[in-house]
Amino acid sequence: MKTENQRAWFFVLPVLLLVAFNALVPIMTVVNYSVQETFGNNIFFWQGLDWFEQILRSDRFHAALGRQFMFTFLILVIEVPLGIIVALSMPRKGFWVPVCLVTMALPMLIPWNVVGSMWNIFTLPNIGLLGYFMNDVLGVNYDMTQQPISAWITIVVMDVWHWTSLVVLLSYAGLVSIPDAYYQAAKIDSASPWKVFRYIQLPKMKTVLTIAILLRFMDSFNIYTEPFVLTGGGPGNSTTLLSIDLVKIALGQFDLGPAAAMSLIYFAITLLVSWLFYTLMTKDDAQ
Amino acid sequence: MAKVTLSNLRHSYLSNPSRPTDYALKEINLDWKDGGAYALLGPSGCGKSTLLNIVSGLLTPSEGRILFDGKDVTSLAPDQRNIAQVFQFPVIYDTMTVRENLAFPLRNRGVAESKVTKRVAEIAEMLEVGEMLDTRAAHLSPDNKQKISMGRGLVRDDVNVVMFDEPLTVIDPHLKWKLRSKLKELHQRVRATMIYVTHDQTEALTFADQVVVMQEGEVVQIGTPVELFERPQHTFVGHFIGSPGMNILPASVENNKVIFNGNTVAVEGNIIGNGGTTELGVRPEFVSVSATGIPARVRKVSDIGRHAVIETMVGDMRVRAVAETAHFEQGTEVHLTFKKDQTRLYRDGWIATEVAS
Repeated sequence: MKTENQRAWFFVLPVLLLVAFNALVPIMTVVNYSVQETFGNNIFFWQGLDWFEQILRSDRFHAALGRQFMFTFLILVIEVPLGIIVALSMPRKGFWVPVCLVTMALPMLIPWNVVGSMWNIFTLPNIGLLGYFMNDVLGVNYDMTQQPISAWITIVVMDVWHWTSLVVLLSYAGLVSIPDAYYQAAKIDSASPWKVFRYIQLPKMKTVLTIAILLRFMDSFNIYTEPFVLTGGGPGNSTTLLSIDLVKIALGQFDLGPAAAMSLIYFAITLLVSWLFYTLMTKDDAQ
Repeated sequence: MAKVTLSNLRHSYLSNPSRPTDYALKEINLDWKDGGAYALLGPSGCGKSTLLNIVSGLLTPSEGRILFDGKDVTSLAPDQRNIAQVFQFPVIYDTMTVRENLAFPLRNRGVAESKVTKRVAEIAEMLEVGEMLDTRAAHLSPDNKQKISMGRGLVRDDVNVVMFDEPLTVIDPHLKWKLRSKLKELHQRVRATMIYVTHDQTEALTFADQVVVMQEGEVVQIGTPVELFERPQHTFVGHFIGSPGMNILPASVENNKVIFNGNTVAVEGNIIGNGGTTELGVRPEFVSVSATGIPARVRKVSDIGRHAVIETMVGDMRVRAVAETAHFEQGTEVHLTFKKDQTRLYRDGWIATEVAS
């Protein structure tokens, strides 16, 4: 017979404490703020779910959320196919493999605020290389500090530059794990290149792609530093994504209650979308 | 179905081969008859997979030609050669159902849907996978996956050659036997030319009508399983085929007589050639322990079921004999006799006696 020793639970205690301090406690303070109001002096009043209601009904939140979804959608639609295409065209062996891999990995190693500053200087209409080139050489009226469209194009291109490599590296890892026999069998079965991609490469990349998309979704949905440094949310509010707006409310206006409520809603959306996506992607395998 | 001819075939993985050792495949000339079952047998690295890939078109030979029914296909791509290949690891399209997997090669070739349905049903019945047609191929067991990859090869009725590259490697031992007899049965039903690559002699000998034994890129013998067993053309074949392998014993030739450890040994027939290193070859099955003959001492006895393998020492040379009983004490002095018509002389590895007429 198996002996049950309930004292084994004590082994879990250190982890429980750790998790409590780095996750539960901070979240609970946010929850705490989200249901109270304060006028300073550390005096708080019970507010119930008013802040949540206020946020969910506010046009400002809707607009920021809309921009956020737009941004995430755009970068996923660009980065995932682009990443797959780049991974497919990379060499499988030889001298160029490490060269490609290192070149790909470089953007990801740059600190995020540096990426923001780099692109800011790069795209400034008068002194930036790209800004100068667009305006004075190509004659395109491009000014990301003044035009919402230019600002949007710039933050999207910046993110594509910064993070497509992640999709490339993960897809590449998936691709190189496919044994040669699959390609040989496909050749013998006279499969077209499209069918090779559709029935061999894509299925074999599915796991890593799921992870890549999930990571890109979470990172882009929570993005703050780069657009903040690049455009500061402007011009106007045109590139004020959720996180930028949140920081404005929390630290700019010091509205702790609404900011806390917004954080929780923000967190819930991120969690919900990630969960839905992951469940859908892994549903087939569980059958 | 087609006859396969390999003519002056050589292959090297190096760009500028100069020495014979640069070649992964040394000069090969052979004919595989239409509808035959052939095996390529040899240890790992002997060039059998290279040869197979050349036949399937995945590799272009450095020299020589391959002909299917007399038509030169050396420069044709695999899909134009109309061949099928079953790989070491089951290659299946995970996201498709079994039915879609089997239909895939036909649909890619634009075969009419009514014919696809008919062929898939036939093949499924033949492979006994009918009830799994609508399951996703990813969920099958390895032996069924391997059956499906065979099925994808057999589904085309115009296939010239079906090739198997060690197809039973990942299959559980008890299913190996089942799949092996399935293969044999399939060959009898479809009568396609089949080439089976393996390093397992049991698989080769049970599957094939003709076995091609290869060593270091060279074909050492082509023959029926019985020929390979009874009259190996090379000591390698004697050693590689049979369990235990042939006794290969250093011997000298004096006055047209074979002398082994001071004893004159009668061989099957006339000795041909001269010089070189000479060795005596006799299978343990044809060595018997008797009252007279070559003196030996019993070193080890292993009972392997139906019979026993007696390992004896003649001087410092090991000679194995197969006996009905295991009643031999270690260290006993015994005498060995070699069956005359199964005792052969080898010179530099190759056979150097003629069959007595």
